[in-house]
Amino acid sequence: MTTLLEVERLTKRFGGVTAVDDCSFAVEQGTITGLIGPNGSGKTTVFNLITGYLRADSGRILFAGRPLTRSDQAALYRAGLSRTFQQARIFPRLCALDNLIVAAGHSWRSLFARRRGRDDSDRARALLAEFGLAAHAEHPAGELSYGQRKLLEFASVLMSEPKLVLLDEPTAGVNPTLVETMERHIRRRHAAGFSFLIVEHDMNLVMRLCDPVIVLDRGTRIAAGPPDAVRADPAVLDAYLGQ
Amino acid sequence: MHTVIQALILGVLTGGVYALMASGQTIIFGVMKVVNLAQGALVIAGAYLSYSLFTSFGLDPFLSILITTPALFGVGAGLQWLFLRPLREEDRAELSLLVTFAVALGIEGVLSVTYKTTYRTIQAGYADRSFSVGGYQISAVRLYAFLLSAALLGLLYLVLERTKFGRAIRATVQNPESARLLGVNARVVAAAGFGIGAATAAAAGSVYGLLYSFNSGSHYDLISRLLSIVVLGGLGSIGSSIVGALVMGVVAALVAALGPPIWSDFSFFIVLLAVLLLRPRGLFGASLRGAL
Amino acid sequence: MSRAGIVRALIFFGLLTALPFAVTEHWIVNLGVFTLIYAGLASAWNLVGGLAGYPSLGHAAFFGAGAYAEAIYFQHRDVGANGLLPFFALPVIGAGVAVLGLAVGWIAMRTRSDVFAIVTITLLFVAQTLAFNLNSLTGGSQGIGLPGAPFDVDSYERPFYLVLVLLLAVSMGITWAALHSGAGLSLQAVAADEERARGIGVHVTGVKLLAFAVSVGIAGMIGAVWAYYVTFIYPQFAVDPLITIGMVLMAYLGGRGTLWGPVLGAFILVPAQQYLAYQYGATQLYLIAYAAVFLLIMLLLPRGILPSVGHLTQRRRVVMGRASAEPDQDAATTGVGADGGVMVR
Repeated sequence: MTTLLEVERLTKRFGGVTAVDDCSFAVEQGTITGLIGPNGSGKTTVFNLITGYLRADSGRILFAGRPLTRSDQAALYRAGLSRTFQQARIFPRLCALDNLIVAAGHSWRSLFARRRGRDDSDRARALLAEFGLAAHAEHPAGELSYGQRKLLEFASVLMSEPKLVLLDEPTAGVNPTLVETMERHIRRRHAAGFSFLIVEHDMNLVMRLCDPVIVLDRGTRIAAGPPDAVRADPAVLDAYLGQ
Repeated sequence: MHTVIQALILGVLTGGVYALMASGQTIIFGVMKVVNLAQGALVIAGAYLSYSLFTSFGLDPFLSILITTPALFGVGAGLQWLFLRPLREEDRAELSLLVTFAVALGIEGVLSVTYKTTYRTIQAGYADRSFSVGGYQISAVRLYAFLLSAALLGLLYLVLERTKFGRAIRATVQNPESARLLGVNARVVAAAGFGIGAATAAAAGSVYGLLYSFNSGSHYDLISRLLSIVVLGGLGSIGSSIVGALVMGVVAALVAALGPPIWSDFSFFIVLLAVLLLRPRGLFGASLRGAL
Repeated sequence: MSRAGIVRALIFFGLLTALPFAVTEHWIVNLGVFTLIYAGLASAWNLVGGLAGYPSLGHAAFFGAGAYAEAIYFQHRDVGANGLLPFFALPVIGAGVAVLGLAVGWIAMRTRSDVFAIVTITLLFVAQTLAFNLNSLTGGSQGIGLPGAPFDVDSYERPFYLVLVLLLAVSMGITWAALHSGAGLSLQAVAADEERARGIGVHVTGVKLLAFAVSVGIAGMIGAVWAYYVTFIYPQFAVDPLITIGMVLMAYLGGRGTLWGPVLGAFILVPAQQYLAYQYGATQLYLIAYAAVFLLIMLLLPRGILPSVGHLTQRRRVVMGRASAEPDQDAATTGVGADGGVMVR
């Protein structure tokens, strides 16, 4: 099994606070890896470091074997690493269909090509249909409900057929039916060959869905392994209960 | 060497005045996250007011500050109330820039209709006096201006740090949500913040009128310099804008002393360019890159 | 392009082109010239200020650059037997100003849009100072003259008018192409959420620069035509903040980010402005008028006329029970969406 993502001794400080402290872990291809930890354990910071929204103070990150040197998010995206946001960031004034098409990948040629190329358009419509958003294809995404936006955002990061998808709390603030829907989509994509790294608070979901599970506490990794092992790990229990 | 130190002195003195103007800008940005493009126009308005009080009643500009400051405080708060408050949240970031720009134009228009476009200046009796300290010339007006600016900045500091009102402002700057939850009236703070910004402009205007000749169109030059200062300092705190102003003042004075005078006018722009190329976050501020 | 859109464009440009042949009163054609100047400028500004969301407050500097380029080159040269040489110089000037725009944009666009506005204001001021002070090149405050055009006195304005119609068509054509291509989609994503756009692989810097360069290139060409038209240019008029204000206001009035919005804004405001100038004279008064109109628009009609009208018709359709999934056909081809965003068929 190839290692898609490797985080080596990552450290990030904000003023006096060390949010990520000598953190190391790996994500294997073909897995749905969970990243959990109590509040303040640095999960979202690690996400931001991996995807180039923040620059690490020390340590390194390797994606598909190559180290990520500059924090060039666009290059990362084109290399096959995409992410979603906790707050479901979509482009509110663009319609749902355009939200997907714009995420399909950009070459210099595509700038001058038709706005809605045949291939991209077809794939986008198919995705919208799959996620139950087909009726909103031509409506501004800003009119969608929170849950619909999360689905739209998830759909959009699939457009570029990434190797690894980072999901930042995909079920935060979302009703239980939608949680099921999300889970279904993740599993379906996983079966189709996508790999995921998911930050989550919903323990049940993580234990059901993810293998392996990586646990962070106070910026560093304290456990990693199959969900059952992690669940029983005293260090993990300590970290959560000690909060 | 003598010229350099003379220039340094001049630079610091001028920088102090710009610091006062820039501080108002910084407060407005901190409280409302709005870049006030009308700050320059407000300074010029203050200058014209002082000029009128001087020519009509012989009131010394340093004294007329007592009148112009509260007057422009009211104007500033009123402008915020009328034109910025009604903007919808999602439009605010995009439109506030143009709204303040429109306000600047409106002020320029009103001033040019009232005063015509001839250049004015406040010719105070002590305008030509200067002190000689250790072989260096210090113009009396510039010295008084600097002292006034320092005093007002000190007063501003006291208000922000020691009064309840000041605390409310600082809380809103740091975290508007929490401030609101803690009972701070956001609307009042916003209006007051703008009022303070305009008030500092009034005070700076008196001084500006003493030092330079101006007309209604002078605000473009002024706002360009102020904005360069604020970008240099980093759009962060008043302290950083003070440092930015002093640096800018010194650089301009040095360039004027050592090179052709025309370059001195450009010096602020060169500094702006340098900042953007080398360190977009400014000397102290958070990064200006990206949409957030 | 939908049939309605093509028809609309043909009628518009047909009427425009016919005007100077049908009407002989000089003041009308002259009004037409200035309306076209501003329509072209507003349309060009829209690429950067409307589509990309970067409100440039310094476009007048590039207008002036084009004007001075034309003036300096033709100052002592022959304009050709038929007086058309200065028009042939336009593509060169446009390209030159665009390259200048690339350099300026590369520095100015490294920041967020509000700091960008700051930089562009400063740029305008610097450009004006340069125009005043580089005496050997620009003639300083004395200005520069070009040879007058050897056009027939009765239809003197016509050639200028027609060239400006062409430039407007170019500007609108580019806008249309942008809206219907990947570039426009990228720009709108940048305008909506630049950081996220970068995160999904959009060539953010590239499209911003492209939009900026094209936008100022067009402004430069219009400036060059203007210089030839007035035959004598002064720095305070060639690099005039009022020009920037005018084009920004018109784009906002009509609806920024749309194809026809800026043009509509120009066609409303320029005749109004000329009328006010005729009635009241003083420039200062219409500075106040500009400011007042600006503020009114920001407060009452922040999206501009076209998008707001589009929104109203959209609402009415829903209320009347028609399928809300189909956006208004006309609106779609003009690039207007429910809330002013661009929706394209």
